[in-house]
Amino acid sequence: MSGGTSNFQSNSRVVNWIEHRLPIFSFLDSQLHQYPTPKNLNYFWNFGSLAGIVLVIMIVSGITLAMSYTPHTDLAFNSVERIMRDVNSGWLIRYIHMNGASMFFIVVYIHIFRGLYYGSYKAPREILWMIGIFILLAMMATAFMGYVLPWGQMSFWGATVITNLFSAIPLVGDYIVQLLWGGFVVDNPTLNRFFSLHYLLPFVIVGLVFLHLWALHMHHSNNPTGVEIKDEKQDTIPFHPYYTIKDMYGLGIMLIFFAFFIFFAPNYFGHPDNYIMADPLVTPPHIVPEWYFLPFYAILRAFTSDYWVYQIISLGGTLMSAKLAGVIAMFASILVLLLLPWLDRSRVRSAKYRPLYRFFFWVFAIDCVILGWVGGLPPEGVLVTIGQWSTFWYFFHIIIIVPVVGILERPKPLPDSIAASVTSAPQAAE
Amino acid sequence: MNMKKTLTAIALGFGILAGAGNAQAAGSGPKPPSIEWSFNGIFGTYDRASLQRGFQVFRNVCAACHSLNLVAFRNLEAIGYSEDQVKAIASSYEVQDGPDDSGEMFTRPATPADHWPSPFPNSKAAAAANGGAAPPDLSLITKARGAGGDSALRVSMFHPGGFALGADYVHALLIGYKETPPEGFDLPPGKYYNEYFPGHAISMAPPLGEGIVEYEDGTAATPDQMATDVTTFLSWAAEPELEHRKNLGIKVILFLLVLTAMLYALKRKIWSDVH
Repeated sequence: MSGGTSNFQSNSRVVNWIEHRLPIFSFLDSQLHQYPTPKNLNYFWNFGSLAGIVLVIMIVSGITLAMSYTPHTDLAFNSVERIMRDVNSGWLIRYIHMNGASMFFIVVYIHIFRGLYYGSYKAPREILWMIGIFILLAMMATAFMGYVLPWGQMSFWGATVITNLFSAIPLVGDYIVQLLWGGFVVDNPTLNRFFSLHYLLPFVIVGLVFLHLWALHMHHSNNPTGVEIKDEKQDTIPFHPYYTIKDMYGLGIMLIFFAFFIFFAPNYFGHPDNYIMADPLVTPPHIVPEWYFLPFYAILRAFTSDYWVYQIISLGGTLMSAKLAGVIAMFASILVLLLLPWLDRSRVRSAKYRPLYRFFFWVFAIDCVILGWVGGLPPEGVLVTIGQWSTFWYFFHIIIIVPVVGILERPKPLPDSIAASVTSAPQAAE
Repeated sequence: MNMKKTLTAIALGFGILAGAGNAQAAGSGPKPPSIEWSFNGIFGTYDRASLQRGFQVFRNVCAACHSLNLVAFRNLEAIGYSEDQVKAIASSYEVQDGPDDSGEMFTRPATPADHWPSPFPNSKAAAAANGGAAPPDLSLITKARGAGGDSALRVSMFHPGGFALGADYVHALLIGYKETPPEGFDLPPGKYYNEYFPGHAISMAPPLGEGIVEYEDGTAATPDQMATDVTTFLSWAAEPELEHRKNLGIKVILFLLVLTAMLYALKRKIWSDVH
């Protein structure tokens, strides 16, 4: 890792003995202590470390839950209730884990939109950004499988609907679905393999997070001006104590928000039907995924056979079914973000100096909220049309607007350096 | 400061945005009235007298057809019965046990460790005895029939006008029967018309007739009173941890507020030399 010169020294013979064999102390010193960080980061830069902390909270609470959980279709539901009622503080651990999933997505979505606003995905941070997208995908898979584990009605039917999507894939679709199910219906083998993978994937995420941090530390954090660090003395401050304390303060705020839901509205993010044990013979009237999947669910459902976008991409319905198109669009809506560093032609990073991009950024953000709203309601009447136009706009923004704005826009003049921006606008740093 | 306002707005926005799945089971009925439950809100606790009356209603009325699988007799100590009272209540029920040393199943009086016995041996028997529809287990009914259990929040992006809690729904359902369905409503035989039940045709006969229970504490057992009491009891059955949870929550949040204030002061101090 570059940067972060360490002039680490110790008087302890033990530390020096270890340091001589494994230079872990100088490594930590250079990467967490001396590590030069732009001095003008605003509070949106807290969300990366918050996401890391929520990941740890999820792993610790999850390992604890697994000690009392039974992954069997006959026992899973009651084993969760046993945790809620008879395990010491089991309700607390379970509500931490349940609401922690929502907190994780809130924090990560803000983190991603911060990256979009300040152009953090641009060179030389493309790989950093791409690893982040893979983390999001792994999170989604983990969250989806975790939601199945309590084996409530929404667990079962959510699993049925989502795994069935893969059957739309030509040739191998049915095979993939059987592989996911471990049989011919969602049943005990499905629950078993989901539990196994739900336990595995978070550690994959930990690995990806290390790569994410490694890539981050190569070129350091972006900052609200989007101007690179030019003079370490002028532009940066050491990570510790400045950003350790700022992150701690941000953590305090987040924990208050988190605790409110754990203690006073623990089921706010959940669905009542998941307190009914799974019954393959009774379909809930309205199957909805967890809130953090709703925008993607809306994109999936937008693809009906009369949707004009579908008509175009399937050459009038001949190339693929509407279901397949919806599945492709749903996955593409995340995968297309991998291309963003190359779609955005502007050399200016921060939307602060890009008035036109800034406008479209907010339109895009509102579009995502509308997609989430539509995704949570039954696909009826005008909602279908709204969902379809919002889906169109989602892709239109990323594939057309971002490149075109990048070429056409005349950005405002950039400050000479981070230090210059701080002295000319002292309130911007707060 | 602007930044903080934006962040607060975003955080609240996410909170409101979610509450997601809270679409009512099937929105074909009127919204149940919002009741001021004793256990609502941040400082809510269960009204002990109401819990015990509700238990009486459950025992004398609901338990004839509904199970309460997740509740054990020992749990009743939490609603104000003494150990001896719980033993007495338990021993008035027979539960199946076994097999004994000769391989036979046998029945014995229940002990506090036993869970509430089901009125029917299995769900098929329950359905057969109730016109084809097995009465649902009531252990989680208030969490399974409405938004967010005892949620301190009643708004979401999907219900900007506010949503009903599970307890509101159960209470409304219990007294929401109409003798004659509205003009043009085709009520299937063996069903009853209920204003709040999705689809309105419910298999459960109106359970709470005037005077079906005589309260031990002398409270007048009106249908509304019984519905309120039994819903309180069932809310406790669904969320027995509620009082402990809210109590702990207040302490945790007060602690976090003080901690965060101190971290903020420290942050200001440490950052005071950054220009």
